Amino acid sequence: MTKRFRTGYKIGVIILAIITAMTFGALILIAIGADVFKTYIVILTEPLKNKIGVTEVLLRLVPLSIVALGITVAYRSGIINIGAEGQMAIGILTTTALALAFPDLPSYILIPAALLAGAFGGAVWGFVPGFLKAKLQVSELLSTVMLNYIAAQLYTFFLRGPMLDPAEITMGSGTPQSMRLSRNLDLTRFIKGTRIHTGLFIALALALLIYILLWKTSYGYKMRAAGASARAARYGGINVPKYLIISMVISGAFAGIAGGIEIAGVHRRAIEGVTSGYGFSGIVVALFGGLHPAGIVPAAFFFGLLIYGADMTQRLVGVPANMIQVLQGIIILTIVATKMVLANPYLMQRVEEKLFSSLRRGKTEEVA
Amino acid sequence: MEFIVNIVSLGIPFSVALLIASLGEMFNQRAGVFNLGCEGLMAVGAFLGLLVPYLVGGGAEVPGIYNYIGIAVAMGGGALLGLLFGVVVVSFRAPQGIAGIGMQMFGVGLAGTLFRHFVGGTQSVIGIPKAPIPFLADIPILGELLFQHNPLVYVAFILVPVAWYVLFKTPWGLRVRAVGTNPRAADSIGIQVNRVRFQALMVGGAMAALAGAYLSLCQVKMFSDDIIAGRGFIAVALVYFGHWHPVKIMGGALLFTLAQSLQLAIQGLGIDFPYEFLVMLPYVLVIIVLSVSRNSQKMGPTALGKPFNREMRT
Repeated sequence: MTKRFRTGYKIGVIILAIITAMTFGALILIAIGADVFKTYIVILTEPLKNKIGVTEVLLRLVPLSIVALGITVAYRSGIINIGAEGQMAIGILTTTALALAFPDLPSYILIPAALLAGAFGGAVWGFVPGFLKAKLQVSELLSTVMLNYIAAQLYTFFLRGPMLDPAEITMGSGTPQSMRLSRNLDLTRFIKGTRIHTGLFIALALALLIYILLWKTSYGYKMRAAGASARAARYGGINVPKYLIISMVISGAFAGIAGGIEIAGVHRRAIEGVTSGYGFSGIVVALFGGLHPAGIVPAAFFFGLLIYGADMTQRLVGVPANMIQVLQGIIILTIVATKMVLANPYLMQRVEEKLFSSLRRGKTEEVA
Repeated sequence: MEFIVNIVSLGIPFSVALLIASLGEMFNQRAGVFNLGCEGLMAVGAFLGLLVPYLVGGGAEVPGIYNYIGIAVAMGGGALLGLLFGVVVVSFRAPQGIAGIGMQMFGVGLAGTLFRHFVGGTQSVIGIPKAPIPFLADIPILGELLFQHNPLVYVAFILVPVAWYVLFKTPWGLRVRAVGTNPRAADSIGIQVNRVRFQALMVGGAMAALAGAYLSLCQVKMFSDDIIAGRGFIAVALVYFGHWHPVKIMGGALLFTLAQSLQLAIQGLGIDFPYEFLVMLPYVLVIIVLSVSRNSQKMGPTALGKPFNREMRT
């Protein structure tokens, strides 16, 4: 089997997968009577037409990539973290709590401290499923989902109760939200007239950090070994449960930081709907980015584009924004199926035999 | 006394969606497939079930038959999605946990998208009314507890012995258990492992959709994006809790919903307690139950979550 055939085969499979995914999406768009071509064009190009659009996409890249980096650490260590949504919510709560408690600290202390508080909150919420999985063999798929719902309730409890904006009480409009947090917490918006903030650089720095952690330290090596084959890692003397827990703590901490940055950079107060599905989209971004920081950052841009573009489809082509969730689901299903095809050498061999035997037959016929 | 009767007669209808979905998931897992997409299948079922009576009557009362056509359509759609999931995890042998999340997002998103296009806004339907069973409903206390419910409630509880019979007393049930326990042995005596898994996935998908349709037609009588509210995930957890056995799963479903109706009753009494903590209760309970019953996981189907590949050793 030539190397050229092998790359050609892989590219062919990936193209086939993209076509399949887009066809599935098209079928649903046809079912709701939308213009398929126009919808895809709107989602993919409309946001990029002006400065605000591009910065809004970058704005969504920040939480998406940070959450996805955390999910990658867990995934590489053999644990699927679908609890990022809840970890993010708890991270927002702890960030807010710290900012409410110490509003007068100078920026250069308050911002790192608040983000660390967010990381701590998320880490606690990630530790629980990690511990349950490592020590009690509780499936992380179920425990993280349940913790999402618990976190959502805690979140509304705090926003309606202890953290409620005093102005809301006197005005009595009853919107569950905290007060405007200290201005010292604000992340600078570095392009005038847009919302893009310095969280973008934090996200890029964290991507680099995860690359170093996973591929350049012995910790990362052990985590990846535990994820690749828990049994082999144990024979190799790696304390697998310990690294499972550590990876979940890191994963949760990243989701928590993402939540804190959303508060400090975008909303400036804790309100409802901050997480808005980033926890689940992060899974898609992580998978789409090949579970590697170098892939995740562009993947986060791509999905930021999709998410922002999907907001526009309602107005421009009458396609509900829920469509983005459908596309994300299709993309996950296609990626996991495609990975299996690519990892199957027998299939490749069979395809090659079929392809080349028919080619050879064609050649002999020509000669004859 | 009246308080307790209230709680129980409230709790029984609440348990139905969980019970039906869990029984469906049980068939999936008994055949060795872990379908975390249950939540998505339920959402699609909830939408399709409501769609038919809505298209016919536009929210006004329609002849009862259309509600049941809606349920049939929902079950068909659920079976189709089960088939789709089968293509991904059985034919392509993709890892089931992550594929299930994809299925969940696909299903929930699909239901929301189609709902906005075909129905839109919030639209309530009359749905299926309660059907007290003649004579039995008049028994004091017991009648109120057990025989004054929605027809689907009776169906759900009849499904428990039916599921038991199908799983343990029919050749198909034996095949399902065989491919979930030792697919290689099943294969060696001529059982088509993947075909049985597909069948189980379609049965499970249809039942998940039925559970969703129960929610939209009988319990909530409308559709919203978060109508399932994690019931699909709890249903998956209940299968573990119920040790893959229909009767124990029923016990689990009842226990969980009693906790939920207790929460509503406490709210009704006007006791000053943040209700968010009461809403949390079932989810906390799932985690606690999974943690203390960890040995039960060893009792599950041994090939659970493992794709079958005839050409591979081990």
